[in-house]
Amino acid sequence: MGIKSLEELKEIRDRYQGKVGLRQSANGQEDTIEVLIGMATCGISSGARETLNAFVEEFEKQGIANAKVVSVGCIGYCHSEPTVQINMKGKEPVLYGNVKKDKVAEIVEKHIKGGSVVESLLVMNLRI
Amino acid sequence: MLGARTNIMVCTGTGCLASESEKVLKNLELILKARGYEKEVSIVKTGCFGFCEQGPIVKIEPDNIFYVRVSPKDAKDIIDEHIIKGRPVERLLYKRPDINQNVRRQEEMPFYKKQMRIALRNCGLINPEDINEYIAFGGYEALGKVLTTMSGEQVIDVVKRSGLRGRGGGGFPTGLKWEITRKQQSQPKFIICNADEGDPGAFMDRSILEGDPHSVLEAMAIGGYAIGADKGIIYIRAEYPLAIERLNTAISQARELGLLGNNIFGTDFSFDINIKYGAGAFVCGEETALINSCEGKRGEPNYKPPYPAEEGYWGHPTCVNNVETFANITQIITKGADWFASIGTEKSKGTKVFALAGKINNVGLVEVPMGTSLREIIFDIGGGIQGGKKFKAVQTGGPSGGVITEKDLDTRIDYESLLNIGSMMGSGGMIVMDETDNMVRIAKFYLEFTMDESCGRCTPCRIGTKRLFEILNKITSGKGAMNDIDALKQLSYMIKGSSLCGLGQTAPNPVISTMRHFWDEYLAFIKA
Repeated sequence: MGIKSLEELKEIRDRYQGKVGLRQSANGQEDTIEVLIGMATCGISSGARETLNAFVEEFEKQGIANAKVVSVGCIGYCHSEPTVQINMKGKEPVLYGNVKKDKVAEIVEKHIKGGSVVESLLVMNLRI
Repeated sequence: MLGARTNIMVCTGTGCLASESEKVLKNLELILKARGYEKEVSIVKTGCFGFCEQGPIVKIEPDNIFYVRVSPKDAKDIIDEHIIKGRPVERLLYKRPDINQNVRRQEEMPFYKKQMRIALRNCGLINPEDINEYIAFGGYEALGKVLTTMSGEQVIDVVKRSGLRGRGGGGFPTGLKWEITRKQQSQPKFIICNADEGDPGAFMDRSILEGDPHSVLEAMAIGGYAIGADKGIIYIRAEYPLAIERLNTAISQARELGLLGNNIFGTDFSFDINIKYGAGAFVCGEETALINSCEGKRGEPNYKPPYPAEEGYWGHPTCVNNVETFANITQIITKGADWFASIGTEKSKGTKVFALAGKINNVGLVEVPMGTSLREIIFDIGGGIQGGKKFKAVQTGGPSGGVITEKDLDTRIDYESLLNIGSMMGSGGMIVMDETDNMVRIAKFYLEFTMDESCGRCTPCRIGTKRLFEILNKITSGKGAMNDIDALKQLSYMIKGSSLCGLGQTAPNPVISTMRHFWDEYLAFIKA
């Protein structure tokens, strides 16, 4: 199958951008949103891996290109795993707890797209 | 899910492969699979990151963590600790010698800080064996733009205004070369990529071809369109097997997508590329010798004029450009002539790739804007001299260049300034020498190389370089006298003035330049 126009080339570009998108956003773009997921043993056992993948999938599905999902180590909130920290430029980092994969869509919708914190999931608001 | 959550980028350039990066890659794959993460995490083979001293390089994206000197047995920790548990492996991070601290990111390393990557932009970023990754980063859009919206003259105008000059060393304006070839009436015409990189210690072109082959193919098609050629040839030395393999893969993928072949982008422009292998003779980097070799003849230069632009491959108008020159073209088309011309010095625009070798801490490949000083390259990027020794000299321009000493280190490099201090840009090899190196022996080393590589066509070069070598041999073995030094000098200028091609005309440069700067070392041999 040959490419016969610039549009067809751009289709291929768009199709494969998801595959290489991780690399671009890492190269120091200022408006990158960082989603840090605690992936220590307790995190993994509470479902952090599924949460992480849910974020990746949600970003892909919605075409959010300036967010990167990074797995990080334990931060000590073992009682509230999985923990997710969202870093946006110019804002205080926000730490969420008990983020099972079914909570991901809400965080993406309200916090990452809407810019408002999901109060009910804040670690400091959780009942321990 | 098309994209994985993490990419593990493993350098598979020749340098890292030599230090077992292939095994690192295999182990990473095996362990990833054993842990059941192969769907979420993908491992990507990349081209050279340039930091060869610290290879094998493994970079984790999007975390942006840069691991150095990764051995096959480190694969387990990278997967189990970093990928699964999110804990970067401290012992594999690069330790900055100046502050004695580990750094995680590429941007924090002095080696990368002063670099600007245009020709090397995709090296270490994409998998060179997958055309889709090249396209995902905007690949072949410059070609599409050229073919569908620009005339050949317009393309040449952009390249001329950008100020791009030949990166093989000569520094001839690329746009002008294209224009001269375009103006020839005769058909067919050819565009040739010179990948016969032959300077000892230079590996810029190899890394580009290994890490980003499509950037060269795309630029050749653009050049072919501009000058009116429908055939391209890549002349590459057979001792670059990996570059050849990746070029072949790239060419067949481009053909499959119709980016090479007939009616590219639905236009009436057709273009295809073939590879010709060279046996690795140094002189075949000279364009007329290269063309002779392409035709299956002995790799010997012809007298110029006629220039290849007038009568080249099989007597047809031919444009020969170097790999790195081509690697700049698509960016010039995409970002514009003004952007490119804003980088560099007054007469030398853009960047230049240098291969750092010799007694320098950070052996590797660097790309810096023209106008960067030698001191910045050697001490800031290169990390200074190995073992805390004192810097003595740096040879640029390979065996055709000369030595540059401490007093000229603050020279801002461009084509003219390097000539002014008795050396030359050359293709970009930079060999650093420390206080323990004997400069007469260095000159002898280069002469031995040019003597071996002289094609024998003209007498001054064939016999002259041999005599030069013999005299140097006599001097370094302590049997020389003052009249030998005089003879050395006289012969050097004779060879320079009467040789047929650039090889002979520049072969005595290492002798002349070491005599100028290190006369006492010659005398020391005589008096000993």
